[in-house]
Amino acid sequence: MESNTVIGLEIHIQLLTDSKIFCNCSTDYIDREPNSHTCPVCLGLPGALPVLNKKVVELALKTALALNCHINRTNIFHRKHYFYPDLPKGYQISQHDQPLAVNGFLEIEMEEPLENKKIRINRIHMEEDAGKLIHLEKDGAAVCSLVDYNRSGIPLLEIVTEPDIQSPQEAIVFLQKLRNIVQYLGVCDGNLESGSMRCDANISIREENSGRLGTKTEIKNMNSFKAIKEALDYEVMRQRKLIEQGDKVSQETRRWDEESGETVFMRSKERAQDYRYFPEPDLLPLTIEQSWIDGIKKNIPELPAERKERFMVDYHLSGYDANRLVEVKPLGDYFEKAAKSYNNYKKLANWILGELLHYLGEENIGMEKSPVSPSALVGLLKLIDQDVISVKIAKNIFEQMFKTGQSAAVLVQNSGFTQISNEKEIDGIIRIVLRDNPETVQDFASGKEKAIHFLVGQVMRHTKGRAQPDMVLNLIKERITEI
Amino acid sequence: MVIDEKMATVKEIGEVARSAKLELSEEQLKLLSEQLNNTFSFFAKTDKWDAEKIQFDYHKNLTSLEHYHEDIVKPSLPQDTVLGMTRCKKNGSFEVPGIL
Repeated sequence: MESNTVIGLEIHIQLLTDSKIFCNCSTDYIDREPNSHTCPVCLGLPGALPVLNKKVVELALKTALALNCHINRTNIFHRKHYFYPDLPKGYQISQHDQPLAVNGFLEIEMEEPLENKKIRINRIHMEEDAGKLIHLEKDGAAVCSLVDYNRSGIPLLEIVTEPDIQSPQEAIVFLQKLRNIVQYLGVCDGNLESGSMRCDANISIREENSGRLGTKTEIKNMNSFKAIKEALDYEVMRQRKLIEQGDKVSQETRRWDEESGETVFMRSKERAQDYRYFPEPDLLPLTIEQSWIDGIKKNIPELPAERKERFMVDYHLSGYDANRLVEVKPLGDYFEKAAKSYNNYKKLANWILGELLHYLGEENIGMEKSPVSPSALVGLLKLIDQDVISVKIAKNIFEQMFKTGQSAAVLVQNSGFTQISNEKEIDGIIRIVLRDNPETVQDFASGKEKAIHFLVGQVMRHTKGRAQPDMVLNLIKERITEI
Repeated sequence: MVIDEKMATVKEIGEVARSAKLELSEEQLKLLSEQLNNTFSFFAKTDKWDAEKIQFDYHKNLTSLEHYHEDIVKPSLPQDTVLGMTRCKKNGSFEVPGIL
């Protein structure tokens, strides 16, 4: 039986506001003393009344417009009930049947097969985050759970896709693109590891040519792109196996267990009626003026797809390079700052995507904190262009720039790494190399052209990379013909 | 929804109280029973009203009012005050039964 994988995603993003969604407590909660950022509203104390943060609506509208959604100019907050200690009121203030925005889409580019694909957005709504639990256990048994309400009331945006995603890889491409967009918009930092962006996935298997979706499971607890890919791959395989064996897939919520590499049963899936939604009587219906929407639309910044096109046109970069540079906003910003004073754009892109990203990744440093500034990198590239240093030496210098924060000019000056452009000096070294390697010289003379590369390498070793390889090659050829 | 005019008995209310883990005396149950039955009677009366043409709503019509707070941080409650409201606390957090 032929069958298709069907995936829909529910993504929560924490909005970058200073204060919480319904009170003025600070959102700067990470690594703070537990329960030090709370008030009667976010603790859910009786009688406390929520008041909506205007900036939350602005950031939500920005996101909804960037994702091509229809804005519901009147939308309503609902109470969503469930009982768990992370929720002090016994309900979460969320949106239900009249959310902020509906019917959007995001286009993704798939490589295999090469196609552009539209993933429809079902809805986007605003809600409050819950508190954080730490479970203490002894000998595998639960002792107690500790509740910190600092996160309670952090503004969240929930973005729900239609089940248009057909493979775990498509889900990853979609999520990466979405993360780039929210970072460009400045609405969320998009960090999956710290939980500022979280993703749950609904998965089912549909028989080919069947209009009906199969029974879905919801997968939670995926904290990185790697975890999402592995969890979805596993769940697709698990469901296919069940169906092949003639068993049924149960509608349930499952948790990704990174250690065992499996999804494990959590609970049977709730349905909308289990949450006993009803309109939040303490918040008025939200009415959004068209002029507010128009103002936000005008101020949406350039997004990654547009920036990629511009990089290809303005800097003559390949689609691949442009794509990699615009993926993360600070990377594109770095390139543009450097490109203001350096016009060999391809070379610049190569150094940023090669050396710079390599060392940043190795040291786990964000682009914004790069010890090598755009102007410092340009300084190094200019020394190569002026034949002051070779590319090989430049790579060495770059490593030292990264470690010390010093400029290329200073490092070159102090280390004596300047290129040897004095032919006489190089000629002396070539004569020594030719004398010490008569067999290789003979090989080259008898037609083995590749043998000369060994000789060039030997000269570069003697000069510690300070000679110009092209000059060395030509001089060796000349000397051999003289022999 | 039509509310049944049948009265709730003290025994039934006692069962609900037990389910909700409320310890109520006989006197309190009687008082509560009387109050609840008064409320049910009122609901029964409202069922007889002709509300067909009244639009369903949850809020008073106050949508034109400015009802936002600006994105400004104001002081939160001190941790001591927050935890002073409970006996169940540990390491600055609220302590609840293990739920793993």
